[in-house]
Amino acid sequence: MTTPTPSDVASQADITAEIEAISKEYDAAGVVEDNVRLDYAPYRSSILRHPTKALHQVDPEGIELVAPVFGQRDVDPLEADLTIQHRGEPVGERMVVTGRVTDGEGRPIRHQLVEIWQANAGGRYIHQRDQHPAAIDPNFTGMGRCLTDADGSYEFTTIKPGPYPWRNHHNAWRPAHIHFSLFGTEFTQRLITQMYFPGDPLFALDPIYQSIVDPAARQRLVATYDHDVTRHEWATGYRWDIVLTGSHRTVFEEDEQ
Amino acid sequence: MSLTPTPGQTVGPFFGFALPYDGGGELVPHTRPDAIRLHGRVYDGAGDPVPDALVEVWQAAPDGSVPQEPGSLHRDGYTFTGWGRAATDRTGRYQFTTLRPGGASPYFALTVFARGLTDRLFTRAYLPGAAPAAWPGPAAQADDRGFVFDIRLQGEDETVFLTYAQD
Ligand SMILES: [Fe+2]
Repeated sequence: MTTPTPSDVASQADITAEIEAISKEYDAAGVVEDNVRLDYAPYRSSILRHPTKALHQVDPEGIELVAPVFGQRDVDPLEADLTIQHRGEPVGERMVVTGRVTDGEGRPIRHQLVEIWQANAGGRYIHQRDQHPAAIDPNFTGMGRCLTDADGSYEFTTIKPGPYPWRNHHNAWRPAHIHFSLFGTEFTQRLITQMYFPGDPLFALDPIYQSIVDPAARQRLVATYDHDVTRHEWATGYRWDIVLTGSHRTVFEEDEQ
Repeated sequence: MSLTPTPGQTVGPFFGFALPYDGGGELVPHTRPDAIRLHGRVYDGAGDPVPDALVEVWQAAPDGSVPQEPGSLHRDGYTFTGWGRAATDRTGRYQFTTLRPGGASPYFALTVFARGLTDRLFTRAYLPGAAPAAWPGPAAQADDRGFVFDIRLQGEDETVFLTYAQD
């Protein structure tokens, strides 16, 4: 049973029509856009929060060619397991998420910080402004950190997050996702993004996912179920590799230990 | 370049329990004699403050050197790591306690994230008088304890946001 849409907010049909119109326009233009659009009106909060002037192109210099360093002082290895932060086991599907972080040339981003945060299995964030009337799980905070290894690999153990409603339009729901924050070897490679799960029925309806207008580019945010990552009688496994922008350093500099 | 970069997505509304951390904005203790403050407000295209933005700073040390020390997430009070993170408050204000960056043309490299902002934005907050002639926007302004640099996401006086040339 659907509740009627209040007249002062957009319906899902309105938003879907906007998404489809932009998608058609994009296909007709025939120019591949690999990145997300800053100006994407179906995501209503972006309307007043996107720059309208062209980004100013500069050659990175000085500190921009270097990234901050994080180390064992910063991150406890236990922070990579989001299921052991409280006394009991969190509710939901335990899963391992792993993958590699590389730059645009495929070189591993070594010993660098990865941060994740997410809703619990019921789609509820611990954040105080999350008003979704789903249960808070006293055994799940939903925040983790790790450092990549010498191969650029990261790994987290967590709970599969649930989809959750939000107020972009009437009956708006976000597909299940995990937020990822990444650093490279340069300041210019900083990235915050979201990882999704294969086959989510909410993909076509979600203006945040769709703010990446190119279908192949969107697909880069979807993890793959990987049975080799799945642990016997313990957790399902997903693999998701992340590519940062190409670094400006030479291979020679990058290869020094 | 052989691989296509992974696209960005908004930081969303619910990063407050995850990304900010105690001491994130205090690169040095405020009691240190050479401590300065870098602060400002983040505004949207209607001129309203953005209370759910996150600002990160990355900068050279006072002697112009580039810090390469760990410890930003658990500061020891002595090591200058050059990096910090601060969420905006209810009035859209961010604040860092830090040191004056050195070098030939010193600036604070800033990254901005916010709910409603689909991808991170980069800018440079140059020290007063330090911006090159070609810089198309304002520099930071000096105040009694440091520098002020407001960030305007949209509008006539929009902040100069950067894209970095790939070679
Ligand atoms: Fe989220």
